Amino acid sequence: MTPSTSNGPKDLGIDLSQFSEVFFEEANEHLASMEALLLAVGERPPTDEDLNAIFRAAHSIKGGAAMFGFQDVTELTHDLESVLDDVRKHALDLTPEMVEAFLVARDLTAQQLAQHRAGAGGAADAAEAQALRVRMRAFKAAGSAAVPAQPRVAAAPTPAPGSPAPVATAAVASPAPQAPGGGAESSYKRVVGHVIDGQPGATDADVRAVSEYAAGKAAEPPATRRGDYGLFEEALPGAAAPAVRAAPAAPAATGTVTAPAAAGSAAVAVATSAAAPAPAAAGAAKPAAAAAAGESSTIRVGVEKVDQLINMVGELVITQAMLQQRATDLDPVAFRGFVTAMSDLERNTRSLQQAVMSIRMLPMATVFNRFPRMVRDLAARLGKKVELKMVGEGTELDKGLIEKIVDPLTHLVRNSLDHGVETPERRLAAGKPATGVLTLSAYQQGGAIVIEVQDDGAGLNRERILEKARERGLAVSDGMPDQEVWALIFEAGFSTAAVVTDVSGRGVGMDVVKRNIGALNGSVEISSQGGRGTRMTVRLPLTLAIMDGMSIAVGDETYIIPLASIVESLQVNSSTIRQISNAGRVIQVRSEYLPVVSLREAFNIHSKVSEGSDLMMVIVESEGAKLALVVDELLGQNQVVVKSIEANYRKVPGVSAATIMGDGRVAFIVDVPGMIRMTRH
Amino acid sequence: MAQTENTAPSQVINTLVGNAREYLTFKLGNEEYGIDILKVQEIRGYDQVTPIANSPSFLKGVINLRGTIVPIIDMRIKFGVSKAEYDQFTVVIILNIAHRVVGIVVDSVSDVTPLSADQVRPTPELSGAVDTSYIDGLASLSERMLILLDIEKLMTSRDMGLYENSGVLQ
Repeated sequence: MTPSTSNGPKDLGIDLSQFSEVFFEEANEHLASMEALLLAVGERPPTDEDLNAIFRAAHSIKGGAAMFGFQDVTELTHDLESVLDDVRKHALDLTPEMVEAFLVARDLTAQQLAQHRAGAGGAADAAEAQALRVRMRAFKAAGSAAVPAQPRVAAAPTPAPGSPAPVATAAVASPAPQAPGGGAESSYKRVVGHVIDGQPGATDADVRAVSEYAAGKAAEPPATRRGDYGLFEEALPGAAAPAVRAAPAAPAATGTVTAPAAAGSAAVAVATSAAAPAPAAAGAAKPAAAAAAGESSTIRVGVEKVDQLINMVGELVITQAMLQQRATDLDPVAFRGFVTAMSDLERNTRSLQQAVMSIRMLPMATVFNRFPRMVRDLAARLGKKVELKMVGEGTELDKGLIEKIVDPLTHLVRNSLDHGVETPERRLAAGKPATGVLTLSAYQQGGAIVIEVQDDGAGLNRERILEKARERGLAVSDGMPDQEVWALIFEAGFSTAAVVTDVSGRGVGMDVVKRNIGALNGSVEISSQGGRGTRMTVRLPLTLAIMDGMSIAVGDETYIIPLASIVESLQVNSSTIRQISNAGRVIQVRSEYLPVVSLREAFNIHSKVSEGSDLMMVIVESEGAKLALVVDELLGQNQVVVKSIEANYRKVPGVSAATIMGDGRVAFIVDVPGMIRMTRH
Repeated sequence: MAQTENTAPSQVINTLVGNAREYLTFKLGNEEYGIDILKVQEIRGYDQVTPIANSPSFLKGVINLRGTIVPIIDMRIKFGVSKAEYDQFTVVIILNIAHRVVGIVVDSVSDVTPLSADQVRPTPELSGAVDTSYIDGLASLSERMLILLDIEKLMTSRDMGLYENSGVLQ
């Protein structure tokens, strides 16, 4: 991916293309945080920290783009940054119109970068870019004409402990801050530009000018200094951007400015004056971005490396299990040391495996964070008012699942907005508040992750669905339970939308959603109440490459039941199992009746050993339903490595995956949710 | 490790002269077949196969091939040609086709033979064990007649029922 260069580092004889991927990744993070901040600004007045963060994001992108010679990006972000600079210095008031323009500019920048990344640089929507730049300059011009009046003091951000934040913002109220003499400013820019962005052109004289200026600043009595970034408000943008990433978001820091001494330490030192009102902005930024900006450092690692690591740990677990098996044959007294070492090994292996698995786990927030923007735009387009609530964004999910759940979830959300939530007029007429509420939530339940999309809209229309089903020749009856009626909308081509919009209504969505979720071994269910709302529940298994299981004997074969699904096991007499006409067999356990499935029958296993009247029963549970499995014997608890059958074969009914036992043989893992579903129908 | 099944020998450049391809020959019942050597990953004995519930009789089950789950098809049962016995001489050919690994049990494996295009004759309408649509041609080698199989087409066919979208190469 050679960037299209006009001028730039090629002149220095450095080939930067190897770093371009990193730049694109980081630029995307900046773009994401810009978007999140801009959206948050729409809901409440922006704090200084918000404005600074937006500015810094734009500035970082500009710097990187300049380094790679992406001129279109540089130009656009420069004009954007320029307006943002005036806004954060309170020389310009932020209007909703400007926020809109910033969002559009952000989108265009993203497109430009995507084009460069794909190797086709430079020509994206040049006209649109030009128009945007003109707008930016117009904003700027309008601002400088006005008197820099009372800046909007942000609704006092929750003051961090001991921070002088309110004092600081009050201090800002004085008109235009003292700029250093023009010479020092440009010197500073050059010096910092060189240190941070690698731009050439800083001279010794520049360094001297900067030191003198900084020394002068340091001499000022603390009282007049601001509570925020100190030096950088003097129109010296260079320092802030990358240096802030190094700055800990330490709430206790007050507004002391450390005087930058020599050029080398200049930029870094300046930024360590941490901003006090940091916590207020915390809500807006993605947790991932915040983590990057905060104390903990992160490393970028390719997914293949992580996967390889996980595979290797999996193999290690298998080997350890094999060793364990050999060890049980040994005399524990004679081989005491060895046996102890083996149990240490088991502990270490378990810890290693947990740690490695958690590497691939990402918070649901990475899925959820695209929705605020989407909901906002879509609601506007549909003329509806919707408030988006997100719960449980910290719930973690394997990276592979996260990528695959985005599309189905997006469709569910669009569906809710399009068909679920009513227009403000209809809502008011129905006695509901004009603004609908869409709630996205994620939580863990047993061995699964549950994701819910809930709206307080009109609910599903039972009659319309039944009518549509009849039209399509599906077998329905008026007395069908609600659950089954709702399930009809997953049939291909089904849509009761009166009007097909480009958002939804074509009826190609829900069946694809169900299929995609099914491909992840998950399930989706709907519940709805007319007039009150609809809830779609998606259940996904926690992807576990390594799982705790109970091995059981079925005839002469060994199967594994996931430990997380087991409620209890008990021995029963075969006489306690009752047959219910055509509905199968049940057994009463305490006060419940549970369906009974014999694994010998389910798996068609014939064994010379007959079952006898005393039966071993394992009660399993999934999605709130229980099932009693008849097995021959409980063999023991194992930690097993889950291996895919579908990689080289196909899905086997009743079985979710396979595993390799300590003796090297393959054993199958019982698909508990699948079996429960089979007994329901 | 679990990567070997995907580093197929098809990466190897065939440097034989005169359009010759190499075929692995094996016996199944009374007939001798040849398959493209580039689709063969390895040859092993028959050992520790875990049966799959409710599967056709020719699908013996799956094995653990250095950490990967591989299905094993007994061609002798599938084509009804010989007695399917399992002992220390039973041989399994592990194939790497259409990005998947699968093993087939045959009576015995003979050798690897180069065949040039002009040694291959078109297939007459036979009624042999294997459907002629899977046969690429016949080859004569001294006294042997080899039936050249398109093993990939055969294994991915709907009839084999191995894969979800059988008949469609992934």
